[in-house]
Amino acid sequence: MIPVAHVLTLSAALFAIGVAGVLVRRNAIVIFMCVELMLNAVNLAFVGFAYGMQSMVGVMVVFFVLVIAAAEAVVGLAIMLQIFRNRGTLNVEEMNLLKW
Amino acid sequence: MLVAFYILGIVSVLGALALVLVPSPVYCALALVASFFAMGAIFILLNQEFVAAIQILVYAGAIMVLFLFVIMLLNLRSDEPYAVRWNLRRVVGVAIVLGILSQLVAVFSAPAAKLGPDGGYPLERIMKEGAAQVVGGLLFTQYVLPFEVIAVLLMVAVMGAVLIAKRPPGDGPASGSSSGPKEGG
Repeated sequence: MIPVAHVLTLSAALFAIGVAGVLVRRNAIVIFMCVELMLNAVNLAFVGFAYGMQSMVGVMVVFFVLVIAAAEAVVGLAIMLQIFRNRGTLNVEEMNLLKW
Repeated sequence: MLVAFYILGIVSVLGALALVLVPSPVYCALALVASFFAMGAIFILLNQEFVAAIQILVYAGAIMVLFLFVIMLLNLRSDEPYAVRWNLRRVVGVAIVLGILSQLVAVFSAPAAKLGPDGGYPLERIMKEGAAQVVGGLLFTQYVLPFEVIAVLLMVAVMGAVLIAKRPPGDGPASGSSSGPKEGG
């Protein structure tokens, strides 16, 4: 029996690494991959709770999160393709058109 | 089993760290795939084989391949030897992240933390009925409305992606056969 607290701690660590990547990296695609990592860490927390509570609710939520992640990846990558076509870079520090 | 969980946890954390710290986007994507595989194995250890299969198929199989395709298509190179150029804002960001992490770990591992009531799906029942069958049954009875809504969302996302990524007609070098060098005229 794996302690649920350990699963949740691992999930928290992965989530924190994902947040750090979003804040620290400059390549937009890598930032996007860090968002995927955060979604996956939350999935791990849901499955951990479902395991500890012997419930299926967490597992069902995982499937919906998966679909959301897929939709988000598709739309986000399409937007990045257009940004690269228009500006020739994916460096987020150079995307400052709306910055005051 | 606990040892396997710790090894897989370390592998997934190392993959995540490589994602943040490696300069090249292609290696970042491969590190993330390794992390996803380790997490899929952890799902198997948590008695959810079906979630693990879907995780490998959808995340490591479909989404990451899409990422790699886009990286190849854009021909992204990492000109700089370091993934992160540190400045004050980034240091503050990492400090905030460490604060979030310590808060989460403190909440999750507090001795007063208790799980809610039993959900009625013990391991024996899932083993007897099969994880895929349990998930399918719930998906088409209790969760049928979110299922339909999310199907519509997925379709809208696909149509939006096609519409956004489409090149406007007559623009750029690769817009069909009519875009060759025009002679005469």
